[in-house]
Amino acid sequence: MDKRDLVLDVKNLVVRYETEDGIVKAVNGLNLQIERGKAIGLVGETGAGKTTTALSLLRLIPKPPGVEECDHMFLDGLDMLSLSVKELEKVRGKDISMIFQDPMTALNPVLTVGDQIAESIFLHEDVSYAEARKRAIEMLEVVGIPGERANEYPHQFSGGMKQRVVIAIALACHPKLLIADEPTTALDVTIQAQVLDLMKNLRKHYKTSLIMITHDLGIVAEICDEVAVMYSGNIVERGTLEDVFNKTKHPYTEGLFNSLPNINDRKAMLTPIKGLMPDPTNIPVGCPFHPRCPYMGEDCKQPQWERAISDTHFVRCSAYDRTGFRIEREER
Amino acid sequence: MTDNILEVRNLTKHFKTKRGMLHAVDGVDFTIQRGQTLGLVGESGCGKTTVGRTILRLIEPTAGDIIFEGENITKINQKKLKNVRKDMQLIFQDPYSSLDPRKTVSQIISEPIIANKILKTKEEIHARVAELMSTVGLAARLFNTYPHELDGGRRQRIGIARALAMEPKFIVCDEPVSALDVSIQAQILNLLKELQAEFHLSYIFITHDLSVVNHFSDEIAVMYLGKIVEKAPAEELFAHPLHPYTQALLSAIPVPDLRDKRERILIKGEITSPINPPQECRFKKRCNYAHDKCDEHPDLVEVTPGHLVACHLVNK
Repeated sequence: MDKRDLVLDVKNLVVRYETEDGIVKAVNGLNLQIERGKAIGLVGETGAGKTTTALSLLRLIPKPPGVEECDHMFLDGLDMLSLSVKELEKVRGKDISMIFQDPMTALNPVLTVGDQIAESIFLHEDVSYAEARKRAIEMLEVVGIPGERANEYPHQFSGGMKQRVVIAIALACHPKLLIADEPTTALDVTIQAQVLDLMKNLRKHYKTSLIMITHDLGIVAEICDEVAVMYSGNIVERGTLEDVFNKTKHPYTEGLFNSLPNINDRKAMLTPIKGLMPDPTNIPVGCPFHPRCPYMGEDCKQPQWERAISDTHFVRCSAYDRTGFRIEREER
Repeated sequence: MTDNILEVRNLTKHFKTKRGMLHAVDGVDFTIQRGQTLGLVGESGCGKTTVGRTILRLIEPTAGDIIFEGENITKINQKKLKNVRKDMQLIFQDPYSSLDPRKTVSQIISEPIIANKILKTKEEIHARVAELMSTVGLAARLFNTYPHELDGGRRQRIGIARALAMEPKFIVCDEPVSALDVSIQAQILNLLKELQAEFHLSYIFITHDLSVVNHFSDEIAVMYLGKIVEKAPAEELFAHPLHPYTQALLSAIPVPDLRDKRERILIKGEITSPINPPQECRFKKRCNYAHDKCDEHPDLVEVTPGHLVACHLVNK
């Protein structure tokens, strides 16, 4: 029995899209647990299955072509798999909400930002519209926008301001779990710093658990407590920041770090991962990373499972069954 | 004796808009030495792409001089320009939209060779394309494929092969890796470095990604609203940033290293409008140190050898 206070508990999630061109295996047996108040970074490259995982948690996978299988999915004890469409509408935006990558398209251009924030409060809480509107203005101020701008439309705001509005909508009903899908990718670096700072403070203030989807390990180091590295639809390594950044175990995680320019050592040569991410319609047998892996052995072609390195650190790599196996980056 | 491949003096580009004059680039000066890389950094709208395109005269400058290989190319006619352009090429940001979807890889790469009548016979062109493809690491079997069949990294390699086809001396790389995943980004950055060493290329490397520019450039110029606010050798700039904007920019980089605990300098607000900018320091409205003197625009002044800053705080 897991004694931890889990906000999210997902076991063996599989999502595939059955298309005319073949079956796209987007998520392949993913397990994910998040403790209350914690922030986990879901890291990976394009096509790793990060966004599909997020959409599945919100029960928003389009079917068809999507097909989902899952052993269980609990949001703070609530069985998400058993909910009807009507019941889900009550949960989304209230208990679980999402910040999308592109603030330019996430907002409705014909509604004022005040109305867009108020809508979420009005739908989920037993308040009058006037009261919801009042709280919307408070939320705007919380995210650093003067309340009097509530009557303006999205096009009157800059990119960073729009993302603040999206954050205000997402947090308006104090969700238990917030999923942020690349929330700062479309923003400039000084604006990104402002938005990350805001998210950090709000998360503390509202004690919201967070899934931060990103390709940027720097952002993870900035804002998260834990990291899960995704590759080809599965988590290949997860642990605390300290575990994954300083005691890296998985060869793919190592490859990601080696691909990044080191800001403190500009002479260091980059060591890219050879080859490409596998085609999700044709994932290699065994470990999906083995064709690109410098430590590849015969064991890698067998089905993989997760090994515990410590109480907090897990790696999905059969090389650790070999005696004395270690990757180069380990124990930096 | 320094060997400058490119010298830019007082480069200015203003665009007429309905709301007034947009000062995209406002009096920019720099030189690039042969075989070196100048990194041009800044946020959206700071004018870095306009600088790159104006140098190639894809956009005509409003004022200023562009001196390439000792020749002032600012005013030369289209016919002469065509000749000069063989030596100056451009690699685009988005490998998805900068390739003609109806052409095969070999057609795309051979296009400049045919257009400039460099090689005549089919066999010669075929051999040259094959050579270029192997230079940039594209497998020969991709010869007759179309861009949509390939991933972003390979598409960017096509763009690079096309730029190399004319054996240029100088390439403007406009955000060449921004659209790519990190593992692919590293492959392309390494390729560009290898090509630089092999063909003694000079680059302008335009990017908003500071860790990439630090890795890649010999010298870095930081732009803000059409002006260079600071310019220094890469190492010097990262070790001793002097302009408040550069300091904020560097402190804002999320670093994937838990031991790197840098103090964030948050600057308020967002980039102001480049339309009819006032005569004050362009950064004044966001600057944490703004004072009366900042109503006057600061000049770019050399403070230590090679390190130039435009800020009243530093240039007392």
